[in-house]
Amino acid sequence: MPTLVLNGEPHPFTPGTTVGALVASLGLDPRQVAVERNREIVPRATYDQTELVDGDRLEVVTFVGGG
Amino acid sequence: MSDTHDTWTLAGRTLTSRLIIGTGKYKDADETRACLAASGAEIVTVALRRVDLKVKDNLLSWIDRGRYTLLPNTAGCYTADEAVRTLRLARELGIAELVKLEVIGDPRTLLPDNEETLKAAKILLDEGFVVLPYCTDDPIVCRKLEAMGCAAVMPLAAPIGSGLGIRNPHNIRLIIEQAKIPVIVDAGVGTASDAAIAMELGCTAVLMNTAVAHAQVPVLMAEAMRDGIVAGRKAFRAGRMPARVVGSASSPTTGMIE
Repeated sequence: MPTLVLNGEPHPFTPGTTVGALVASLGLDPRQVAVERNREIVPRATYDQTELVDGDRLEVVTFVGGG
Repeated sequence: MSDTHDTWTLAGRTLTSRLIIGTGKYKDADETRACLAASGAEIVTVALRRVDLKVKDNLLSWIDRGRYTLLPNTAGCYTADEAVRTLRLARELGIAELVKLEVIGDPRTLLPDNEETLKAAKILLDEGFVVLPYCTDDPIVCRKLEAMGCAAVMPLAAPIGSGLGIRNPHNIRLIIEQAKIPVIVDAGVGTASDAAIAMELGCTAVLMNTAVAHAQVPVLMAEAMRDGIVAGRKAFRAGRMPARVVGSASSPTTGMIE
């Protein structure tokens, strides 16, 4: 099974999975996250067209409390 | 004299509150919300981090974005590249272009790296961000940040989370004298009198987090900070009496009984 690195941890995925499907499978609201794939931002409008590839490095981030 | 007309402007926004407050270090979301409300702040800072799949109440789901303008920061970034990368992601989250740039130079003191801050500010300004840079209380670096086009300068009072108060009021005064943009003291305030002193010096606003979050009763300190800032601002506008080293009687010196 292909595997990506999600926030630093290995994460296997089914071939053909899109960024949108991944975000949904994690139980996240796409309006509350931003995604960077191999250090490039994936615009929210393209989540469902962006297919993940074996070895992709993803950062999925959100806002937290901070000063 | 009413304070309702004593507004200030930041990148086209008209603001009444001169307290910008952080959302970190509180016990929970309820305490954060209560403190934000008590502070009267209109702008609140937030940090950007990897999603924690165990945490279900995302900040964006409970914070009132009609009431508060979110100011994403770059806390924890040690290079211009990291800071720029962080704020590009923040922009993708649909927050306005207003950002707090902080590039740290040392993990122990958390003092800013001015060189990296200037480098990041240049890139961010070129990309259309409205940049509020956190920097040392150095009039020269503040002048450079203003000349580049930053919307405000945010010199520290003291190291982040130190609560030491304004360590160099003379530098803050020099920064205020030269600036044509808002001067926001950011970091190091410990209690309400520190915030009042910042305002008495002529600062436009004060940004703080730990002083409220780590008070024994945070919500009461949030109110104290709000009031301290209002009092300091009024004192600045009123213009203090000249200080003197000898006494000056307040009661008439004539008409004494004999």
